[in-house]
Amino acid sequence: MAKYLLLKHYRGAPAPANDVPMDQWTPEELSAHERYMREFAARLQSTGEFVSSQALSPEGTFVRGDGEGRPPVTDGPFAETKDLIAGWMIIDVETYERALEVAAELSAAPGAGGKPIHEWLEVRPFMCALPTITE
Amino acid sequence: MDESLLRTLTPTVISILVRRGAGFAAAEDAVQEALIEAVRGWPDDPPRDPKGWLVTVAWRKFLDAARADTSRRHREVLVEGEPDPVPGEEVDDTLQLYFLCAHPSLTPASAVALTLRAVGGLTTRQIAQAYLVPEATMAQRISRAKRTVSAVRFNQPGDVATVLRVLYLVFNEGYSGDVDLAAEAIRLTRQLAARTKHEEVAGLLALMLLHHARRPARTAADGRLVPLAEQDRCLWDTRLIAEGVDVLQAALARDRLGEFQAQAAIAALHADARTAAETDWVQIVEWYDELVRLTGSPVARLNRAVAVGEADGPRAGLAALAELDASLPRHTAALAYLHERDGDLATAARLYAEAARSAPNLPERDHLTRQAARLNAELRD
Repeated sequence: MAKYLLLKHYRGAPAPANDVPMDQWTPEELSAHERYMREFAARLQSTGEFVSSQALSPEGTFVRGDGEGRPPVTDGPFAETKDLIAGWMIIDVETYERALEVAAELSAAPGAGGKPIHEWLEVRPFMCALPTITE
Repeated sequence: MDESLLRTLTPTVISILVRRGAGFAAAEDAVQEALIEAVRGWPDDPPRDPKGWLVTVAWRKFLDAARADTSRRHREVLVEGEPDPVPGEEVDDTLQLYFLCAHPSLTPASAVALTLRAVGGLTTRQIAQAYLVPEATMAQRISRAKRTVSAVRFNQPGDVATVLRVLYLVFNEGYSGDVDLAAEAIRLTRQLAARTKHEEVAGLLALMLLHHARRPARTAADGRLVPLAEQDRCLWDTRLIAEGVDVLQAALARDRLGEFQAQAAIAALHADARTAAETDWVQIVEWYDELVRLTGSPVARLNRAVAVGEADGPRAGLAALAELDASLPRHTAALAYLHERDGDLATAARLYAEAARSAPNLPERDHLTRQAARLNAELRD
């Protein structure tokens, strides 16, 4: 088993097929979307592939330490073009192909008009700890 | 409270319940409940016969569960009836339990989880912690695995190779937290070796012992990876090495070579050298030839190329490597190493940096990055 991080972007990812901003959905469409996400997580839990998921607020700040006694340097929030991560889900699956399959399913959550959003998700493998044997 | 005793007794007790007519999943659940009771009660009131105690309590738990079941008639048949003994042959139930948990119908991850729970006696929480997933997720994996094998007949003969693959997976995880999976895999393989004279079981046990013996030297205090040649050989566990070599020699004497014995032989040759320079690379290459013949594994070919580089010089190693698919894991790292040995530091530095980018784990990535940085510093001077 290997863990993958599925990253959902607010901005920075290629435009989804069903590209209508959430604030222009109907309340029913929003509920359907939320239900899909909940059931999706439950389904992965039942297959033993779920690890965790978390949504992030849109506003993030870049921080850099600038030496002792000085305040941290911050940057942002950023202009439209920059990448912004909306949240993540961590899965623990048998193969890379399965990770792609799960991401594809997540990407098809319903959006405006009840149609799948087909948004782009980023799939990043976790670096793992050293196995007992390498040579 | 002797937890290792409980873990040792677990597969036996499950087997006894199954022989009395309990289904595998029900037996496994009942034994887990009995184990919980043992952990609670034994420190104050230890039983004289721990196995008898566990069997009695687990059987009672099973009956309670069966009684709660609506199919009353079915339950009475189970309780009253004795299962038919297999005529004319001694069946080791615990061995069957290994086969069941490693059944080919399970995915590797499920087989590992079920083996750790049913044969190893670990709790779901311990297994979840070892694999860094939530307990609910692991509970689901295990119960799905149990459902998958519930239709498999207990006396169906299993495939030793499958069991060994699962045990080797457990060993390779090697996390050391609450549960040291490498140590757990060794314990289970020892039990298996005590029950079957199969030479590959001995081969795997020897391989695990020899690798485990060198584990304390493999990482520095700061978590840094220490390559074999630079390891402090005083940190190797000579007692484990001696045991591994004994187990291996007994297996090899039976003249039925398999891949685990060949791998163990290579590990033994490394363990046998007092310094890296004294390593018998010529013999190691011969064992890799055997391994390639037995498995055809590309990884074995890659390792063989590195060994050839040590035995016959880096040019020979590079020639052997050139015959292999460049997309193999660690191919670039091996190429970098052989170029460095050949004196082409600039190429080696570039390749180490490239290998670092595709390293599968953090200690390896850091190690390769450091190698590149070291060579780049040398080149600047």
